[in-house]
Amino acid sequence: MTLFASQIVDGLADGAIYASLALALVFSYRSTGIVNFAQGEMAMLSAYLVWQLMAWGLPLIPAALVSIAVSFVAGALLYASIVRPLSHASLLTVVSVLIGLYLALNSLAGFIWTYTIKPLPSLFPKGHFRLGWFNISAETAGIIIVVAVVLLLLYLLFETTKIGLAMRGAASTPDSAVLVGVSVPLMLLIGWGIAAALGALSGILVAPRVFLNPTMMFGVIIYAFAAATLGGFDSIVGAVVGGLLVGVVENLVGTYIPWIGPDLKIIVALVLIFGTLLIKPDGLFGRSKVVRL
Amino acid sequence: MSLLGLRRMRAGYDARSVLHDIDLDVEAGQIQVVLGANGAGKTTLLRAISGTIARQGEILFDGRRIDQLSARKIVAAGIGHVPQGRGTFADLTVDENIRLGAYLRTATEARQDRERWLSFFPRLRERLPQQAGSLSGGEQQMLAITRALMLRPRLLLLDEPSLGLAPIITQGLFRTLAAIREETGMTMLIVEQSANLALEVADSGVVLESGQIVLRDSARNLAGNDEVRRIYLGYE
Repeated sequence: MTLFASQIVDGLADGAIYASLALALVFSYRSTGIVNFAQGEMAMLSAYLVWQLMAWGLPLIPAALVSIAVSFVAGALLYASIVRPLSHASLLTVVSVLIGLYLALNSLAGFIWTYTIKPLPSLFPKGHFRLGWFNISAETAGIIIVVAVVLLLLYLLFETTKIGLAMRGAASTPDSAVLVGVSVPLMLLIGWGIAAALGALSGILVAPRVFLNPTMMFGVIIYAFAAATLGGFDSIVGAVVGGLLVGVVENLVGTYIPWIGPDLKIIVALVLIFGTLLIKPDGLFGRSKVVRL
Repeated sequence: MSLLGLRRMRAGYDARSVLHDIDLDVEAGQIQVVLGANGAGKTTLLRAISGTIARQGEILFDGRRIDQLSARKIVAAGIGHVPQGRGTFADLTVDENIRLGAYLRTATEARQDRERWLSFFPRLRERLPQQAGSLSGGEQQMLAITRALMLRPRLLLLDEPSLGLAPIITQGLFRTLAAIREETGMTMLIVEQSANLALEVADSGVVLESGQIVLRDSARNLAGNDEVRRIYLGYE
């Protein structure tokens, strides 16, 4: 029972990390219809940036905040320099460019920081505490709380502020957003910035668990894709629920199905992606696109 | 005094030109209707004015050239555009659609105006928390108009408000537009294919054919014009 409960809680923490990266994917997809394949590598660079800032003498938490802010700007720049100029190009062109960017960023990290793994300290203290039946590590609890707070802030941004409303309008019906005076490119720019900041958060949270190295996001991005597919690529709630489900299922399967174990866990993500696409292609919370003629 | 003036305005899509040298004046406080068959260029005319497509020639709004301005600046200058097919934000609630209409205005102004326009469209008040996409065609049209009114525009462009609506609903809609003009003195340019209801509330009108204005007259004269009656009003 204790093992089961702790697997669930650990799964939720992993899931919270997948959820924040899945949210990043959903944000850029909802606003521009483009899946940013380089999102994971951008998150990896954000984690490296924290390490670099700490090497230059900044404490961990300020370094993490600076990295998230820089990532926001980098995401906005990516939109302005690559995505927007290609907005009339074919989808295949954009996908090719983003996959190219994925490889370029990966090599760039190896070039600057080498392929030797580096430790990145956790944002949270070591140690465990008991909560009823559960024995929870401070890190697990910290990850869940941080992601929950970020989700709450996003919710407040979109539901209570004028700019959040304008961002939703620009993503939903850009032609009409122009007619009420919203600058659609500016809203999409902010959307891509937020996506990169969320990605940075996932990178910073996951780095202490997997060590810092240029390939550290390979697994995480697959789980994030599974989460976004499961939840529905156009649904913010879906990304969160999908992320948590993927995290929990991954942990339970890795623990209780011996022949899968930790090595084959990634299969779980792929099975989830295939299964969702076969049974419910729009995901749990996604809306099927109806084109009215 | 004309609020909107077009001088030799041309517009189209990419290489295809749709409008040829349009000259048009809309007097302040008037409702002017643009009649024309499918493909005559009515929608293109409104899009050119609101700057959502490329156009050449002069567009004067309140004596000021606006033909070089972006669509967003034209909205800010005071031209509201209710596009064809209504263009409501289907994923957003009715209330959010209305709030987004006031994007360029202060919260206080928005609150006052919201009450004012909802009094013209009481049906929308009952629908405030509902998703816009779930509204009926008539309600969506009311919402699209309310959203444009929230800008407090001086000129309202309406693209085929009757499209897909039952005649009785269209009639109510045009009466409400007339009442709004009566109370606020707002200028309106309405593009319509079903001409008789539009001509009832309009002061003047033009007929557009293959991208050119072929007839202009008062609404009363147009309604009595034999050719207009035959082609656009369906009388033999």
